[in-house]
Amino acid sequence: MRVGLFVTCVNDTLHPGTGRAVVTLLERLGVRVGFPAEQSCCGQPLYNTGYRRRTEPLLLRHAAAFRGYDHVVTPSASCAAMVREHYPRIAARAAADGRSGREAAALAEATASVVPRTYELTEFLVDVLGVVDVGAYFPHTVTYHPTCHGLRALRLGDRPRRLLEHVRGLELRELAGAEECCGFGGTFAVKNAAVSAAMGADKARAVRDTGARAVCAVDNSCLLHIGGTLARAGSHVRPLHLAEILASTDGRVP
Amino acid sequence: MSRTYVGMPAFPRAAAQATGDATLRANLRRATHTIRARRAQAVAELTDWEELRAAAAAIKDRTLRHLDHYLTRLEENVTRAGGTVHWAADADEANRIVTGLVRATGESEVVKVKSMTTQETGLNTALEKAGIRAYETDLAELIVQLADDLPSHILVPAIHRGRGEIRDIFRDRMGDWGRPAPEGLTDRPADLAEAARLHLREKFLAAKVGISGANFLVAETGTAVVVESEGNGRMCLTLPETLISVVGIEKVVPAWRDLEVFLQLLPRSSTAERMNPYTSLWTGTTDDDGPRAFHLVLLDNGRTDALADHVGRQALRCIRCSACLNVCPVYERAGGHAYGSPYPGPIGAILTPQLRGPASALEESLPFASTLCGACYEVCPVAIDIPEVLLHLRERVAEGGEVTVRGVRTRVRPAKRRSVERAAMGAAGWTFDHPWALRRAQRLAGRARRLRPRRLPGPLGAWTDSRELPEVPAESFRDWWSRTRGNAG
Amino acid sequence: MSGGTSRERVLGRVRRALADVPRYERPHDHLVPRDYRLAHGTRTPAEAAALLAANLTDYRAVVHRTEAAGLPALVARLLGRRGARRVVVPPGLPDDCLAKELLAAAAVEVVGDSPALTARALDGVDSVVTGCALAIAETGTVVLDAGPGQGRRALTLVPDHHVCVVRVPDQVVDSVPQALARLAPHRPLTWISGPSATSDIELDRVEGVHGPRTLEVVLVEGSGPR
Repeated sequence: MRVGLFVTCVNDTLHPGTGRAVVTLLERLGVRVGFPAEQSCCGQPLYNTGYRRRTEPLLLRHAAAFRGYDHVVTPSASCAAMVREHYPRIAARAAADGRSGREAAALAEATASVVPRTYELTEFLVDVLGVVDVGAYFPHTVTYHPTCHGLRALRLGDRPRRLLEHVRGLELRELAGAEECCGFGGTFAVKNAAVSAAMGADKARAVRDTGARAVCAVDNSCLLHIGGTLARAGSHVRPLHLAEILASTDGRVP
Repeated sequence: MSRTYVGMPAFPRAAAQATGDATLRANLRRATHTIRARRAQAVAELTDWEELRAAAAAIKDRTLRHLDHYLTRLEENVTRAGGTVHWAADADEANRIVTGLVRATGESEVVKVKSMTTQETGLNTALEKAGIRAYETDLAELIVQLADDLPSHILVPAIHRGRGEIRDIFRDRMGDWGRPAPEGLTDRPADLAEAARLHLREKFLAAKVGISGANFLVAETGTAVVVESEGNGRMCLTLPETLISVVGIEKVVPAWRDLEVFLQLLPRSSTAERMNPYTSLWTGTTDDDGPRAFHLVLLDNGRTDALADHVGRQALRCIRCSACLNVCPVYERAGGHAYGSPYPGPIGAILTPQLRGPASALEESLPFASTLCGACYEVCPVAIDIPEVLLHLRERVAEGGEVTVRGVRTRVRPAKRRSVERAAMGAAGWTFDHPWALRRAQRLAGRARRLRPRRLPGPLGAWTDSRELPEVPAESFRDWWSRTRGNAG
Repeated sequence: MSGGTSRERVLGRVRRALADVPRYERPHDHLVPRDYRLAHGTRTPAEAAALLAANLTDYRAVVHRTEAAGLPALVARLLGRRGARRVVVPPGLPDDCLAKELLAAAAVEVVGDSPALTARALDGVDSVVTGCALAIAETGTVVLDAGPGQGRRALTLVPDHHVCVVRVPDQVVDSVPQALARLAPHRPLTWISGPSATSDIELDRVEGVHGPRTLEVVLVEGSGPR
C-alpha cells in the first residue's frame, strides 16, 4: 500500500512539524509514505473567497500529483473536505457552464480519480488501517476542538476522540461548546475581523477553562486562529495538531 | 415614521459595532443558547426527522420546478372559494394594492399579524403615507414598533431586547399608541405579556381590516395557513370584516397532504415545540364565520430572480423557521441588524442578495458574513445547503457572472471594490500552480522569520489586531522532505 | 382584480426562470420520497388518550377525564370553580342536553351563538364550552373545524376560558398525518395546542397572551359515536 501525503500548503509552510508527525506515525504503523513534490494548495482559499475558476488549475494539479498512490492522506479536515465536497461541484459547474468538452472532461476525470482515494488522517487510521491504538504516549492534559469541517463536512464523529482515548498517559478534558466554530473561516478572519475575534475569544476562553495544557484539532488553520488568540491573551496553552500527539512516544510536547 | 433598512452599511462595519455592544451580546447569547438546546430536544423526539426533511426539500423543489402550474391552480381554488387573488411584481406594487384595498373599505386603521413579506415591502411606511395606521399585534413586533426599531430575528423580531428594556419601552411608549401600560409594570415576562394583551384587545375588537402573511398556501385546495403562538394571528384572521394576506409566491405547496410534513417540521425547528399553540387554516371565505372578504396578494419582488439561479434557487425552500439564525455563531455575535434586511442570519445572507440583486456594498458583503461552519445547513428543516449558496454568491461578487435582475438576464462584472483582493488571489493561484515559486516564497519567509511583526500592515492588520502571528519555521516541510528523503515521491 | 398585466409578468418571469426544467417534466415526475412515518409508534386507544393528556398538560392545558354520564357535572364544576357567569355553548355539544343540564347544575347564564354576539359582546363572556373535530395525541393538539358543538372561530378566541370536550377514543388520532387525512380542507380550521403563549421575550416560553389564557380539555370516555 502506497500512501501519498497531502501535507497542505498551510502545514508545508507554517507547520512542517505536523507533516513530519504524520510521516513518523504512518511509518510506525508500517505504511509506505510518499510525498509528491508536485503537490501544492488544494485551492480552498481561492474557492472559498469566490474564485472558482482560478481554483480549476489547482484541482488538476492536485489530482495529477497524486496519480499512482493507493490513498491520499491529509492532516487537514478542511482540505479533505475541499477535495471530497467541492471538487465534484467544481467539475459539475464547469460542465453546466457549457465549457469546452475537453476542459470539463479533464476536471471530471481528475475529480473522479482523486476523490474516492482521499482521506483525512483519522479516517485513514480508523477506517482503512483499522487502528485506534497507535502506540502513542503523551502524559499531559489535552482538550479537543472538533473543527467544523471535521464535524459537519466529513462527519468524523468519534474517530479523533477514540484515537485520543487510546493514547497512554493522556487525560482528555471536555471542551464546553466544542461544536461551535472557532471563528477562523479563512478570509473571514480578516474580512469580518471583529466577529472572528469575538468568536475566537469565546473559544479561547472555553479552552482555558478546561485547564488543559494543550488544545488539539485535526486542522492547523483553526489552531492558528485559536492559538494566536490564546497567545495574544498571554495564555500558555499549546495548540497542537492531533497528529503530533499521536506521533509522540516519548511523551514530550513537540 | 417607521425606520427602514435603506442605506445600511456593509456587514463587517455594522457587525463590528454590534460585537462591541455588551448588552446586545448578552441578550443574543442567552436567547439563542436557550432555544438551541430546546430545538435539539424537540427534533430528537422524532425518529424520522431526516425522512421528513428529505420529503420537505423534495416537495418544495417540485413546487419550485413547476411554480407557474401551482400558482395558477392556487389562484383558481382561492377564487372558487370566494377569495380574490392579486399579483404584485415588486414591493411598491404590493403596497399599492394593499393601500387601495384598505382605502376601499373606508377604514384608516388596520391590525397586522407578524408577516415577513410586509416587512420586506415596507408596507407600514406606505400605509402611513396614505394616512392609514397599522398596528403590529405580535408581541415582538409590537415592541419593535413602539421603540421605532427594526426587527432583528425572523421569529422573535425583538430578540435584541432584554426584559428590562421591553418594560421601559412599554412604559414609555404604549400610551402614544393606545392604552398605556399598567401602573407599576414589572419586567416579568408574564406581566409584559399581560400588558400587551390589554393594550391590543381594544384594537382587535374594533378592527375592520386585518393584514397577514401566510406560512403555506395549498394549491390543490386554495387553503392558507398561519402558524402562531399568541392568538394575535387568530384575532386578525377571524375578527375583521376584510382580510388581506400578502404572501411570497414561493410559499405554495402542491397538496393538502404536504402539510403533514411541514406542520411537523416547522414548530419543532422554530419554537422547539411539538406543536405551536395556534394554527389557522382557511380557504377563501366562510359564511357567517370570519372575514367576508379575503384578498390574497401574491408577491414576486425578486423571488423569480432567485428562481432563475440554479444553485441559489434552493433558498426559496425556506419556511422561515429561524433555526439557522439560532445556531449561527456569526449571527450570535453580529446581531440581526447587521444583515440589513428583515431576513437576518445565514438565510438572510443568501436570500437578501438574491432578492435585491447586486445592489450595494451591503448585498456584496453578505455572502462573506459566514465562516462556512455548516451549522445552519445541519439544522435546516428543508435542507437548504446554505454554505453552498454562500460560495456561489461569493463567486458572483468575485468573478461576476450571469444574474437575473427584475426578470432580465444580465452579466455582472466582478465587484469593483475587490481589485486588490483579485490581484492577490491571482498571485496566490499562480504561486500555488508553480511549486518552485511556492518553495521560493517559503524560503524567503523562513529567512525573514526573525522579522515577525506584531502588527501586519494593510488589510491583513485585521489578523494581528486580535491574534499573534504564527512563527515561521526555518525549514518548510518540502525542504525537510527533500533534505532527508531526497526525491522519494 | 388588479393587475392582469402583473399576473402575466410574474408568471412570465417564473417560466423564463425555469428554462432548465425539461418541457416534458410533469410535476409528479419530480419525486417526493415519503419515507417518514405516518405515526410514531403504535398505541392502544387508551395509550393514545394518555399521550394526548400528557402532551396537553406539558403545554399547560388542564386535562380532565370523565365518563359520559359525569360530563355535565364536571363542566359545571369547572365553570363554577372559575366563577364564570356568562358562558357560550354552541349548539350540538356534545349531546344537546348538556346546555340544559349546565343551566340546572351551575348558576350560569348560557348564551347561545347568534350574529348579535359580536366580538365585543364575546369579550363580556367568561367561558366557552365546545367540542372538537379531533385531537392529536403526539402533539397534544385539539382541532376545531366549526362543526357541530364548535361554532364560529371567534367563540373560542375572545373569551378567556375555553373548555373543550374530546370524545375518547373515536376523536383521538395519533399523529399529524392522520389528522390531516380526516379533516376537510374547505372548513375553517383552528388547531389548538395549549393556551396561547409567546416566546418573544428572550425566547423563553410564557403562557397567556391574546387567546384564552386557560384551556381545559375534557376527555370523555364511553360516549361512543353519535
